[in-house]
Amino acid sequence: MNVLIPLRTIIFKEIVRFVRIWPQTLLPPAITTALYFLIFGELIGSRIGTVDGASYMNYIVPGVILMSVISHSYANVVSSFYSTKFQRNIEELLVAPVPNWVILAGYISGGVIRGLLVGFVVALISLLFAHIEIHNYLIALSIAFLTSVLFALAGFINAILAESFDDISIIPNFVLTPLSYLGGVFFSVDMLPNLWQTLSKCNPILYMVNTFRYGLIGVSDVNIELAYMITGCSTVLLISVCLIMLHKGVGIKN
Amino acid sequence: MNALSIRNLRKIYNNGFEALKGINLDVDQGDFFALLGPNGAGKSTAIGIISSLVNSTSGSVNIFGHDLHKDREQAKSCLGVVPQEINFNQFDTVKAIVFNQAGYYGIPRKQALERTEICLKQMDLWDKRDTVSRRLSGGMKRRVMIARAMVHEPKLLILDEPTAGVDIEIRRSMWKMMQTLNDNGTTIILTTHYLEEAESLCRNIAIIDQGNIVEHSDMVSLLARLHVDHFVLDLSQPLQTTPVISGYQIEQVSDKVLNVLVPKEIGLNALFNQLSSLNIRVVSLKNKTNRLEQLFLNLIDSTSEGVN
Repeated sequence: MNVLIPLRTIIFKEIVRFVRIWPQTLLPPAITTALYFLIFGELIGSRIGTVDGASYMNYIVPGVILMSVISHSYANVVSSFYSTKFQRNIEELLVAPVPNWVILAGYISGGVIRGLLVGFVVALISLLFAHIEIHNYLIALSIAFLTSVLFALAGFINAILAESFDDISIIPNFVLTPLSYLGGVFFSVDMLPNLWQTLSKCNPILYMVNTFRYGLIGVSDVNIELAYMITGCSTVLLISVCLIMLHKGVGIKN
Repeated sequence: MNALSIRNLRKIYNNGFEALKGINLDVDQGDFFALLGPNGAGKSTAIGIISSLVNSTSGSVNIFGHDLHKDREQAKSCLGVVPQEINFNQFDTVKAIVFNQAGYYGIPRKQALERTEICLKQMDLWDKRDTVSRRLSGGMKRRVMIARAMVHEPKLLILDEPTAGVDIEIRRSMWKMMQTLNDNGTTIILTTHYLEEAESLCRNIAIIDQGNIVEHSDMVSLLARLHVDHFVLDLSQPLQTTPVISGYQIEQVSDKVLNVLVPKEIGLNALFNQLSSLNIRVVSLKNKTNRLEQLFLNLIDSTSEGVN
C-alpha cells in the first residue's frame, strides 16, 4: 500500500477541520495578538524604551509570534485527536492498515500547519506595528518549525492520555501558558533577579523564543546551539513516546 | 480457504476479567456466519481483537491466510467492520466519511471517489452525500457505516448488531442488502440479538458464552437438534379446565389460550385430533419462540448450570 495516500488523507482532513471552524482557530489569535502589540508594544512599550538594543515593540514581536505557534500547534492536535477518540472515529484508522507512524505524522502535520499558519497571520498583524528586517531566515523558520512539531507532539500525548475534555485544557492553561509567559516573550531574562534567571533557564520555551528572536532581530539571551539541541532532543524523545503509546494502544485500545 | 481462522484466542483485561478463554473458530470463505451469545459473553471482545481495536493476551487470528500480527497490512485489507455503535465524525458529510476511509486503505483519489459513489448508491445514500452525518436518521447512520466498511471491497465483512434499534422496514431492507453482498461473494460474520435474523440469513453458527465457544455447527443440523416445539393455541370457546392429552405438555394461559409443548416425533396431527374429540376448536396457532432462540436458551442454560 502507498502510505502517502492515508498520510495525505489525514493531513487534508485536519486542514479541512480547522479551516471549517476558522472563527475558533484562525481569527482569535489575530485579534489577541493585535491587542498585545497595541497595549504592550505601543502604549507600554513606548515608556520602556529599548531592550538589548531593540525597540520594545520589535523585542516582543518574535515572542508573540512563537507563543501563538506553540499554543495553536498544541491545541490543534490535542482537540482534534481527543475528539477522534471521544467520537470513536479513531476506530476508522485502527481498523485500516494505517501504520502508527502515519497516524502520528498526519496529526502532527495538521498541528504544524495550523501553528505555522497562525504564526504567519500574527506576523502579518505585527507588520502594522513593527518594522523588522529579518536577521537570519534559516534560523527563524527552522526553530519555528521544530517548536511547532515539538508542541504538536506534546498535544498528541495529552490527547492520548486524556479521559475527559477537562484533561485537554489542564496542560494548556496551567502549564503551557505560564511557561510561555515566563519564557522571555515580553522580557529579557537579564531583567530578572538571579534566582528567577536560574529557574528560567530550566524552561525550554525560553530557548525556543530566544532562538526565534535571534532569527528575526539578531538578539538572544541563550546559546543558539544549545537551544537547537534541547528542541531537537525533546522532539526525538516525544516522537518515541508517541510511537510507543500508539504501538501499545495506550488510551485508544482495550 | 478459511476467511477467518482463530486459534487459542485469549483475552484477560487489566482488571483480571477473562473475556475469552482460548477460543478456536473457523469461518469458510463465502459463508454467512452467525456469532451469537448473551451480553458480556465475549462476542465484542472477539470482534474487537479481529478488528485490531482490542489487544489479545495470546492466540492467533488469520484473515484469508494472513496473520493479523505478522502480516498486518494484508490481513486488515481483507476486512471491513460495521460496529455496533455509531463511530464516525458526526460533523463530517456522508461523502467525506466514506471517501476518507478509502484513503486510509490507500485507494487513490479518483478510484476512491468512484468507490464512494458506488457504495453510497448501493446504500441508497447518494442523495444525502453532502449532508452532515449528525442530521441523518438512525437507519441512515447505520447504512453510512456499511458503505464505509465496503468502500475498499473487503472479502470479509463483520456486522456487529447492524439492525439493533432500527425499525422493521429498514431491518428488512438491510437483510436484503446483506444477502446481496453475500451472494456477490463477500463472507459475512453477523452478530445479532434478533435470532430470527440469524436463522433466516446465516448458514453456519457459533455460540459464545462466558468466554468459550459452546456451539459451532451449521444452522440446519443445529435446528434439527431441537426435539420440542412450543406452540400457542387460540381457542374459539373458553375452557373450564385444562385438557390432558397423552404425550403433550399443556398449560392454560387464559380461558381461551393454551401453551403446548409438541414433541417432534409425535407432531401436531394427533394433538388436533384429540382436541377435536374434546370439542375444543382451535382458531389459530403460532410458535411461541423462534426455534433458534429456544436452542440458544437451552445452550446458555446448560453452560450456566455447568459453571454453577
